Amino acid sequence: MNKPIRTLSLFALLLFLLLLANVTYVQYVRAGDLNADPRNRRVIDAAFSRDRGPILVGREAIAESVPSDDRYEHQRVYAKPYRYAPVTGFFSFFTQTGIEQTQNGVLSGDDSRLFVTRLVDLLNNASPQGGQVQLTIDPKAQDAAYDGLAALGPDVQGAVVAIEPSTGKILAMVSLPSFDPNKLATHDLDAEVSNYQRLDADPTKPLLNRAIQTRLPPGSTFKIVTAAAALEDGLVENAESQVPGGPSYQLPQSDAVIDNGGRACGTDTISLTQALAQSCNTTFLQLADELGQEKMLEQAEKFGFNSTYLDDLNGQVESVFPDDMDRPQTALSGIGQFDVAATPLQMAMVVAGVANGGTVMKPYLVDKVLSPDLDVIDNPKPQSLSEAVSSTTASELTKALTATVTSGTASPGAIPGVQVAGKTGTAENCDGCRPYAWYVSFAPADDPEIAVAVMIQGSDVATDDIAGGRLGGPIAKAVMEAVVLDQ
Amino acid sequence: MSQTSALMGFVHRRRRGAELFLLVIALAVGIGAYAAVGVGVEGEVPTDILGYGGWLAALIIGAHIVVRLVAPYADPVLLPVVAALNGLGLAVIRRLDLAAGNGPDEGFARQQLTWMTLGVLLFVATLLIVRDHRVLQRFTYTFGLGAIVLLLLPMLPGIGKEINGARIWIHLGPFSFQPGEVAKVLLVLAFAGYLVRHRDALALAGRRLLFVDLPRGRDLGPILVMWLISLAILVRQSDLGSSLLFFGLFLVMLYVATERPGWLLVGGTLFAAGATLAYYVVPRVALRVDLWLHPFDYYGGEGVRDSGRQIVESMFGLGWGGLLGRGFGNGQPWRISYAESDFIIAAIGEELGLTALMAVILCYGLIVERGLRTALICRDAFGKLVATGLAIVFALQVFVVIGGVTHLIPLTGLTTPFLSKGGSSLVANWVIVALLLRISDFARRPIPVLDPAEEPDVDAEVTQVVKLG
Repeated sequence: MNKPIRTLSLFALLLFLLLLANVTYVQYVRAGDLNADPRNRRVIDAAFSRDRGPILVGREAIAESVPSDDRYEHQRVYAKPYRYAPVTGFFSFFTQTGIEQTQNGVLSGDDSRLFVTRLVDLLNNASPQGGQVQLTIDPKAQDAAYDGLAALGPDVQGAVVAIEPSTGKILAMVSLPSFDPNKLATHDLDAEVSNYQRLDADPTKPLLNRAIQTRLPPGSTFKIVTAAAALEDGLVENAESQVPGGPSYQLPQSDAVIDNGGRACGTDTISLTQALAQSCNTTFLQLADELGQEKMLEQAEKFGFNSTYLDDLNGQVESVFPDDMDRPQTALSGIGQFDVAATPLQMAMVVAGVANGGTVMKPYLVDKVLSPDLDVIDNPKPQSLSEAVSSTTASELTKALTATVTSGTASPGAIPGVQVAGKTGTAENCDGCRPYAWYVSFAPADDPEIAVAVMIQGSDVATDDIAGGRLGGPIAKAVMEAVVLDQ
Repeated sequence: MSQTSALMGFVHRRRRGAELFLLVIALAVGIGAYAAVGVGVEGEVPTDILGYGGWLAALIIGAHIVVRLVAPYADPVLLPVVAALNGLGLAVIRRLDLAAGNGPDEGFARQQLTWMTLGVLLFVATLLIVRDHRVLQRFTYTFGLGAIVLLLLPMLPGIGKEINGARIWIHLGPFSFQPGEVAKVLLVLAFAGYLVRHRDALALAGRRLLFVDLPRGRDLGPILVMWLISLAILVRQSDLGSSLLFFGLFLVMLYVATERPGWLLVGGTLFAAGATLAYYVVPRVALRVDLWLHPFDYYGGEGVRDSGRQIVESMFGLGWGGLLGRGFGNGQPWRISYAESDFIIAAIGEELGLTALMAVILCYGLIVERGLRTALICRDAFGKLVATGLAIVFALQVFVVIGGVTHLIPLTGLTTPFLSKGGSSLVANWVIVALLLRISDFARRPIPVLDPAEEPDVDAEVTQVVKLG
């Protein structure tokens, strides 16, 4: 009987070898695939429990993970939730947005640049820690922008973006209405779901980052682009050159007549400076018509229209300058109407480009990436996005825009003792809709440190060009002061 | 015969000291794991560690002393391996109790410790009562009848109960019982007794067809009966595991007794045909196979579309555990339903890693190896058959359950010996170990020198007449 028993021994050996090979396959070879399955709650739970690194503004952590004694080991806490929500986004059990999403690798500690740290943690048996993300945001500018916008009332919808012209650093980014990311980061997952559903269903769209996701006709602020195109083309030589003016203008191939809302735009020709200062529709309709769609489009795209350029936040929408317009539509595009649409970030980049001698810098939010031990592991360098206009054109535009603040429609943005360049705008994209107020500016005009765009949506003001200045001007002024006067 | 003669010239040592040393290590595993569970899950060594450890040590050392007294030549490796597995199982069950929010005096671990106590008592009783395993040969038909009754009990309305689609439980008042676990021991004994008596007929008669010796038609009776019982279990109880286990056991023992591979061919064909038929006829069997082929299609849906949750969570847990495991308290084994019983292997793989899982599988391998070694050196045919049967039933069960949980083969409802929660299984397995120890004690015992002047030794006389194949 021993021969069959020996045969059976081999058979049993085979069975056990199969088991060993199979567990090796499942636990080692296939483990990566299993862990990558989006339905694998163990992986999601672990990510949610992780000691994520903080998001820093100045020296303050606006988002950080603190130890928690419930099922998940750490709780994400947002120190100034409404103020910074459009930038930080939120970190919930189910998803992330904003910086929490784009910098997830660093914050969670999974980024390959944190490999050594992770290895040391593993050897020390310490729980892995995430890296830190330092933002470009200037807390004073952010506070000024948020407080200024929020002061307009509880129902205000709008956004403020401030950029450092020479680098493209985003100094402030505010969007209202905002939301409390703490309520989405909660460990009470049922509450998280209902909070999210409520925010998602809210008609005022608090989850929307209006600074980069809301695209509206830029109205008169777009006249800066039209003026830039005219100067670049040589159609207009400098800020003092005479340009067509007049109280009203009939659109080519059309019966529609557009006036200037009673502002002083001369009878025949006026200087470019006066045309910008008084926001003369008649001037810029005619300039756009004379330049034609191609040149207007080229200039708009040099400023960043029809493209996306912000890597640090997802969901940026393109600002639009159409390429299939007829003559009257092209003329209307010169005053930022028809289908021209821009995000607040885009309009901030237009003024920042002018302020920076014509060079538009690529905007960015992440100033530094630090390891948990505060070693700098990434230090993004400013990058130029395009040469939108020549430095001559930029300085002529700066002169004209400075006059717009000192003696024109943009006066609410003036700061005593500081030269400010600015432009107002008001637009509506349908009859009877509530108008949008815009204000764009930079300061100091001779050595710009900050460029600002303010957009206020659905404010209860008349369709009056000055209104943009009256609503947005003080906010822009406060944001500029926060940077310029803070020496 | 010549092999056996050579073996007879070799005198085995008792090795009880080695067994004690290994038992201390096994206790360190069991008690250490229990302490690690407390530290990992609750952050402190359990307050009852002394009482628990003392109890465990008393059981194991008690078993050792009994072995020392009544089976001094028994295999020294079996008991330590079994003690380590049982201790580890208790700790893992305790860990799952903690996850369910149970205190030290409630939950499955406390029940399991009680069952282990009963198991060790039965182990001791078996060693004390069965002083010579050949006595069991007398009860061949009693055991056979008992096994069949036990197997059919769950099909009876009233006491049989269907749990998770498998009808393998009986309920009597507050007690629930898996009769298949006990039946499998009885079956091994019955088969062995039957085959020892009839193996000549089964082995010698027959004709040769294509290099294979096929048995006579009239000798096919028992194998057909066994086949029908297996099929009944498969179809009525939807229990592929037990079906495979019992039929495989019978075939293997038939093959060992007759030394004719033809039986394997006949039986294998019969089983394959029966299983294929069941696949096409019984929808539940087909679902089991589909669950195995496409588990992820049955995850996260509604109703039957979520019936793959258990195996998928098991695989997620195994993957999450990786090479070294998450450590006690850091995994989420409670996500796997029945992690404390059928899926305890997945819980071990998740928290202790591939390393521990391999160690566990190798421990099972050791048990099987010791069982087969005992069969090889055993001097009587009945003992050989019983040892082979017990070792093979163990190997098959481990393969079917671990293979099912780790997605090697379709999932079936069998317990993991010594690890899983479940009284009937634990008690039956302790008895199996007792029987193996008894047989190995006989096999390793030196042959008494036969001097007519001395008093005749009953054991030796019986040993002498045993004819070896």
